[in-house]
Amino acid sequence: MNALVPLPVVMPLLGAALTLLLPRWPQVQRTISVLVLVATLAVSAVLLVRAYQHGPLVVRLGAWSPPVGIVLVADQLAALLLTVSAAVTLCVLLYSIGQGQGDLGEGTPVSIFHPTYLVLTAGVTNAFLAGDLFNLFVGFEILLVASYVLITLGGTDVRIRTGSTYVVVSVLSSMILLSGVGLVYAATGTLNLAQLATRLGTLPADLALALHLMLLLAFGVKAAVFPLAAWLPDSYPTAPAPVTAVFAGLLTKVGVYAVIRTETLLFPGGQVGTLLMVVAGLTMLVGILGAVAQSDLKRLLSFTLVSHIGYMIFGVALSTVAGLSGPIFYVVHHITVQTTLFLVTGLVEQRAGGTDLRRLGGLARIAPLLAVLFFVPAMNLAGVPPFPGFLGKLGLFQAGAQVGGALPWTLVAAGALTSLLTLYTASRVWNIAFWREPRLATADPPTRLPGLMVGSTIALVASGVVLTLVAGPLWAVTADAASDLHLRTPYVRAVFPGGTP
Amino acid sequence: MTGSGQGASLVLVVLVGVLVATGVMLLLERNLTRILLGVILLSNGVNVLILLAGPAGGAPLAGTTPVDGMSDPLPQAMILTAIVITLGLAAFLLAVAYRSWLLTTHDDVRDDPEDRQIVGLADRDAALSEDPDTVGPRDDPGGPGERR
Repeated sequence: MNALVPLPVVMPLLGAALTLLLPRWPQVQRTISVLVLVATLAVSAVLLVRAYQHGPLVVRLGAWSPPVGIVLVADQLAALLLTVSAAVTLCVLLYSIGQGQGDLGEGTPVSIFHPTYLVLTAGVTNAFLAGDLFNLFVGFEILLVASYVLITLGGTDVRIRTGSTYVVVSVLSSMILLSGVGLVYAATGTLNLAQLATRLGTLPADLALALHLMLLLAFGVKAAVFPLAAWLPDSYPTAPAPVTAVFAGLLTKVGVYAVIRTETLLFPGGQVGTLLMVVAGLTMLVGILGAVAQSDLKRLLSFTLVSHIGYMIFGVALSTVAGLSGPIFYVVHHITVQTTLFLVTGLVEQRAGGTDLRRLGGLARIAPLLAVLFFVPAMNLAGVPPFPGFLGKLGLFQAGAQVGGALPWTLVAAGALTSLLTLYTASRVWNIAFWREPRLATADPPTRLPGLMVGSTIALVASGVVLTLVAGPLWAVTADAASDLHLRTPYVRAVFPGGTP
Repeated sequence: MTGSGQGASLVLVVLVGVLVATGVMLLLERNLTRILLGVILLSNGVNVLILLAGPAGGAPLAGTTPVDGMSDPLPQAMILTAIVITLGLAAFLLAVAYRSWLLTTHDDVRDDPEDRQIVGLADRDAALSEDPDTVGPRDDPGGPGERR
């Protein structure tokens, strides 16, 4: 069964190679992409069940034993995120197929969208499964390089301008991560995460703190935490709708995943808990205040994306089992809901010809289905009960209240305020774009939205709501993952069954 | 760094400092070509830094070098990977710079649209305060930016 672990990385890469060979047959390309992602989803689901029943699954690549060879580890956290990300990438792929020609450049001589999209998937899964720090860096590079291509797709003026900012910021964060990796190796003589878990504890405290902060800085840029998040709202909105959706759903969450790993496996004990909490509070408030001021739907959603990263960082900063369980649940919820909202925005763009709120109006009358599709995830994001957004926030607030003290309570207050402001922004968008008198831009003769686009969006909206129904079992899985992360021994013992060398 | 009693070579440490410093200087420019050069210099600096992570010594081949006189091959393998990644990035950035030049006849990174919008908003606010009655609540639920 362990042989399944590398498949979520290998299959998309093979699929990417195949689709690159077949640019002349777009139908075949699409079929291959869909099949690969369906297979990835199936394998991830099996991995999740196995990891939940039997603990972390480990594969030694090339049968080299761990400190020398590379390992891929699918523990509960990695398998859960794998499953969710595979499901979301599949939905977005179907959506992009529905959108078809034109924006995604399927008509260009080298049809690049499908290969790049699959490489992006491989990068995300590789980062989740990586069992050593350098492989994590490589995973990040794979997904970033693919994202560079996707964000400048078509090479229009605007995309080149915003894309170059995105590329330069990402390259800088990668350099910081790479030098962090080099310094960790210099200090400990290993890069295997399980071995680092024991060796980093023996370092002098200030050296460990320096390495810790360096890694957090690099992951913070990728996760778009407040002082390091200014690149995101500028670069995401200009990409094609499916690309923005998958970026918003997955890329920042890989950064959050890396932060969770750093804080639990490598540097447990929460030495920088205070710093993380301050940063989390600022991320929430500054992000949502930015969203309040926006007049373009895509930019507005990008700011809410930044804002809600703060909730996950808050949970990680608490460094208790309940505190860790919260962000894992929240990541799952946030991946689905944020992707859904960007997909719906894509539908609005298709239907009304733009996403500028000043030119939208009356969509509820013209396109009632679209209105429902926007309303449900928007309320979900704002944390209105009984949606999973409410459950996730409630779990985080409970964990914060359990820890107690001035700072956690301040964070709980900031989180509640952010939730209210999110509700305000969501209802503002609802009022302007959907509820008021129809505007010029939306009064144009209606264009029919492709069924596949609407269908995949409906599927994501529904899965966002279904999370409420399965919230009990999901909390059980996240709590289990969190307690294993907190203990650290299940991970380390899975990689080194005979004890750490 | 601690292999066979030697410390890190001072020349290499200084080289890392110089490469990273010049790389950061160039990254702060607005011109994409210079940013690209900055990225390359910075990544070379980081690569040398990784080289310093392992002990220096002979070629790590069994049979040719005694085991305790070997250099650490792992940093070198990491550097090779990093070089390949940087090469790909440099090619991509070059393409972006060229495309930018094709579109706009320069390859400078331009102003943030947000900045320009805020400047525009200030102008419109000034205009609005002169005739506040022209905008009804129904037309304008989003604040002063909505006025057309």
